[in-house]
Amino acid sequence: MDKQLMTFTVNGETVQVAASPTKTLLEVLREEMDLTGTKHGCELGHCGACTVLVGGIPVLSCLALAVEVQDEAITTVEGLAHENVLHPLQQAFAECGAAQCGYCTPGFLMSGTWLLEHNTAPSQDEIKAALAGNLCRCTGYTKIIEAVELAASRMREAAEATAAG
Amino acid sequence: MNRLPQFEYRAARTVEEALAWLSEAAGNSGDAEKDPEARAMLMAGGTDVLPNMKHRLFTPQVIVGLRGVRALRGISDNPEQGMRIGAGVSLAEIASSPLIRARIPGLAQAAESVSTPQLRHMGTLGGNLCLDTRCNYYNQSETWRKALDFCLKKGTDICRVAPNGQGCYAVSSCDTAPMLIALDATVRIAARDGERVVPVGKLYHDDGIHPVRLRNGEVLREVTLPSLEDGWRSAYLKYRVRGSFDFPVVSVAAAAHFDGDICTQARVVLQAVATQPVPLPSVDNLLRGQRWTPDLLEAAAEEAYRAAHPMDNTSGTIALRRRMVRAYTRRALEALLAA
Amino acid sequence: MLIGKPLAKIDSYAKVTGAARYADDIKLPRMAFGRILRSPHPHARIVRIDTSRARACPGVLDVITGADLPYLYGIMPTTQDEYPFALDKVRYVGDPVAAVCAVDEETAEAALELIDVEYEVLPALLSIDEALAREDIKIHEETRRGNIMKEVHLTFGDMEEGFDEADLVREDTYFFEGTTHAAMEEHACVADCGADGKITLWTSTQTPHYVHREVAKVLQMPLSHLRVIVPPVGGGFGGKCEPFAYDFAACLFARRHGRPIKFTLSREEAFLCHRGRHPVRMILKTGVKQDGTITAVHLQTFLDGGAYASYGLATVYYTGALLTVTYKIPRYQFDGMRLYTNKPACGPKRGHGSTQPRYAFECQLDRIAEQLGLDPAEYRKRIAIEPESTTVNGLRVTSCGLVECVDRVVESSGWRERRHHLPPGRGLGIAISSYVTGAGKAIYWNDMPHSGVIVKVDRGGGVAVLCGSSDIGQGSDTMLATVVAQELGVDISDIRVHAGDTDLTPVDLGSYSSRVTFMAGNAAREAAGKLRAMLLEAAAVLLNTSPDRLDAANRRIYLRDDPINCVSFIEAAQKAEATHGTLSAVGSYTPPRLGGEFKGAGVGISPAYSYTACVAEVSVDPETYDFTVEKLWVAHDCGRALNPTLVAGQIEGSAYMGFGEATLEEQVFRKGLHKTPSLLEYKLPTIYDTPEIVAMHVETMDREGPYGAKEAGEGPLNPVIPAIANAVYDAIGARVESTPITPDKIARAIKEEQRRRVSTPSQPQPQREPAPALATETARVAGASSREVTAS
Repeated sequence: MDKQLMTFTVNGETVQVAASPTKTLLEVLREEMDLTGTKHGCELGHCGACTVLVGGIPVLSCLALAVEVQDEAITTVEGLAHENVLHPLQQAFAECGAAQCGYCTPGFLMSGTWLLEHNTAPSQDEIKAALAGNLCRCTGYTKIIEAVELAASRMREAAEATAAG
Repeated sequence: MNRLPQFEYRAARTVEEALAWLSEAAGNSGDAEKDPEARAMLMAGGTDVLPNMKHRLFTPQVIVGLRGVRALRGISDNPEQGMRIGAGVSLAEIASSPLIRARIPGLAQAAESVSTPQLRHMGTLGGNLCLDTRCNYYNQSETWRKALDFCLKKGTDICRVAPNGQGCYAVSSCDTAPMLIALDATVRIAARDGERVVPVGKLYHDDGIHPVRLRNGEVLREVTLPSLEDGWRSAYLKYRVRGSFDFPVVSVAAAAHFDGDICTQARVVLQAVATQPVPLPSVDNLLRGQRWTPDLLEAAAEEAYRAAHPMDNTSGTIALRRRMVRAYTRRALEALLAA
Repeated sequence: MLIGKPLAKIDSYAKVTGAARYADDIKLPRMAFGRILRSPHPHARIVRIDTSRARACPGVLDVITGADLPYLYGIMPTTQDEYPFALDKVRYVGDPVAAVCAVDEETAEAALELIDVEYEVLPALLSIDEALAREDIKIHEETRRGNIMKEVHLTFGDMEEGFDEADLVREDTYFFEGTTHAAMEEHACVADCGADGKITLWTSTQTPHYVHREVAKVLQMPLSHLRVIVPPVGGGFGGKCEPFAYDFAACLFARRHGRPIKFTLSREEAFLCHRGRHPVRMILKTGVKQDGTITAVHLQTFLDGGAYASYGLATVYYTGALLTVTYKIPRYQFDGMRLYTNKPACGPKRGHGSTQPRYAFECQLDRIAEQLGLDPAEYRKRIAIEPESTTVNGLRVTSCGLVECVDRVVESSGWRERRHHLPPGRGLGIAISSYVTGAGKAIYWNDMPHSGVIVKVDRGGGVAVLCGSSDIGQGSDTMLATVVAQELGVDISDIRVHAGDTDLTPVDLGSYSSRVTFMAGNAAREAAGKLRAMLLEAAAVLLNTSPDRLDAANRRIYLRDDPINCVSFIEAAQKAEATHGTLSAVGSYTPPRLGGEFKGAGVGISPAYSYTACVAEVSVDPETYDFTVEKLWVAHDCGRALNPTLVAGQIEGSAYMGFGEATLEEQVFRKGLHKTPSLLEYKLPTIYDTPEIVAMHVETMDREGPYGAKEAGEGPLNPVIPAIANAVYDAIGARVESTPITPDKIARAIKEEQRRRVSTPSQPQPQREPAPALATETARVAGASSREVTAS
């Protein structure tokens, strides 16, 4: 299949790429844009490692055709920190030991970011529901749940401080 | 990395455009190839089409993308026409729709039970209804299937599950279809020469190879649910090995209408035990016109158990799946009673 | 004090930002891509391979087959039985046959189809029984008898006397199903080669040193010309402990073409590489006195090894060696046998070889406790091994917090109050275990250190730590940084760890057998200790005092009695450099000479053993027999917890993995093919399935461990599986004697139990009430089975 020019908005930047329309978003991110923070563990939708946000919604980049998401804002793990200041969820993952081998971490962070955007005080069940599409082989999920809770409480505190200030 | 085979991609903006491209692709291929899927396939969320393409189960020349077709989106409800759900509505949207959760909780439960959050954001109702049947001799990589010289559903004329059987036994595994059948829903199907409306149950037949009765060049446009007056209850119970990701090992969709404590109508449909959803009219007959007692529900569950004949071709043994049919049928009915 | 603080892992920032570059993330100019052609047959002779069509394919750079690398390799020097690519025979579906190198992965993949291989299909042996029965079919010609890869017979003490002394002798048979690691990262490597012929291999491995040795051997090149670098590894669990076909192929391609090449396996290929948990059948005979005192244990194991040796020689010994380190066992006989079968080779998985017999033993002890009317927790404490003792098979036990571990899980789970007062269908089970803190012997015979560390201090105050270890997520880099920062009195952020690079870092044997904290930690402490002495000496000169009055912390060196009186770390470093020249020091660790004088005494020895206890709570649905593990309490004696967050993470991760093996996971085959080579059908527990895990540390100060530390990465897995099995028994009053425990097996066990009770009514019932949980259900089943009995 001939390559075609595609334009994406990734982490707020406009990126043009010449790629075959048979390429998945995963392949384009990793191989054309060198955004290798997005991982892959099966490429069949069975693990969640490749989760990114498309239009703010967590999707599997291994099952999305790149050509189909050109008009939407794409966020990858590389886009979570702002000016090298970590997103509270990233900070919490680091502190809680929620990233062991770290390979599933970007996918969890994307699912978790979506959760915290929609729910500032998620219960354990709500955290599990949001992260049920991501497999982790290292942590037993315990520290991941702790990290989401910690990030949520810090984000609430920050929001309250802003509101008060 | 598992990658896709070559294909031509065309993004449709309207249903008519999708129909035109399907027809064009059919015309272009020239030879009278038997399998229309080899020429062109529709793709909505891509969550079933793309993995199957990566496994070379589907190798269409053209993919017609429905993601941009606005007409397929939206949920509406009015007293005369009932509820309409566009085929392009995502499963996540159905699961979280306050309207659906309130009026037809069984459908919200079915949509919510599909795979994972990410997949429900991507996958659509239409895509779920058109989900290909599954079998653990079929849903494998090309090299895996080649090592066994392929199977009846794809590549050869012998079924690996039942070599002396009567056809392909791949399992119908979509979660929404049985619930929609129990709710007596219909689908509106668009073709170049007009539209047809068929009950969801008629969308399927006993053929594991081509389970969905959409003619070449048709687009599933929307699902219509009859106006459900008060008194209708619905529930969907799914048994799977893990809490997420997994297809049903067995599931039970049940809908019933009650007048006081008397059931006036009941429909129970099993899923993942055959090549298509299995309605259970004998169970419905037991339940209709009755006050539901524990003994009656037990009898209904026993009847469902008798009617289920799964094969050894997905997760879970035959014994487990049949046991679950009995237990989950009764529990689904109990859920209706408690609703 | 940094030791004991819950510090964030030093690599966590790279991991949460996507900056960590794993093997498949590496991209080099002119990089080519490789794919592997694998056997479609479980057992076949290769009659002919023709690669000409593939070679002619546009974009294909090269094709290699077995003939290109005709050298045997294998991780254990005495059992090398594998070629990178099959030479004359394939022995499992997935055995590498050829590899294609092309300009992109799609082209390489497509060219695999164009390699013509003619096979003569041979009968395949797919189980322990088939391998034992069919001596006429040989998977490896070299085996002396049939398909027995290794047989072990060890006896310690007079067994006859032991069983004669016993008041109760139980013999039970258990089967542990095979499972695989399924690390989230699919195996990958990149190799590059300069015009000087020197090769660099970046590979996702737990054991760079062993990969270095084997790849150099097969490529017939000096070790000094091969450099193995370990990028961040996306999970190992034992699955990345040896070289694989892609490592050899990548290096050969790179050497031939002078350009980099990458191999990344598919998930299906990762399942086929395997080297995971052996399926093991265990026959266990134990004699006890009326009070439960063990008089003798006889264990027989049959290991389904798969097609190649891998670590199997060690595995078969491990199935016997570690059974003795938890309880006082005066007499012990072990007979083990590993068989070749036509399936992917088994090898080490978290708990290597000890997991399966531990499951069997802990289940059997539960039955013994029941028969003797003893509380299973109290019983275990009563027969627990004591600290500072030696086992009957010559293993030296030093620190041992086993009894405390039992106490912790008993207390936290409410064992005493709740055990017989749970609602219907609920059960509690307990089990304990022990694991090595590093194997006492390297896998190849040598008397060199097992771990080496170089620490370098620069005049700007920066500290570099170099070690051949491989951080697979367990936190070994952080452990090294913590130890060195503690010794030198600097902040952990002042340390840069450079690990797993065979050019730059001294040898560490690798991240296996839970050895890194103990061995590399001790080596790091020694190296940093030497530098500390130099720095204190320099500071003493500046402060006009003696070094023994000084301490180092917070980037300062100060008078212990007068902390205001101090110099900065940088000042001390510059003074020391002016005095001694460039500041660096080496440390190394060699385990003490341990173990008996018999053949096989090298397996099981370890400088220290960790101990764990687990209580599991389960609930069983009386109608469907579907069951849920509600909660796990795990207490682990890890010596001193150098970083409690990381230790808890290892305990939780181990418990999760044990839970998966107990209830969901099985690596099984049908018609010679892996039945479920995908993350959809091979059931890794999801966040919904994984029970709540309460992780507790029991700190014993091990006298030889760095700051008293032992292992935490593997041991906590072992008791989880039998604890769950025992809890299921407690819930249903019937035994499932194999893993994984499934609703079907529970259904069968209940039926069997009812049949047994009906057919032998005179036999004394267990001393406790049969689980009330399933009273209604069992009554129904009892009716059914009694009819069956009458009918027969």
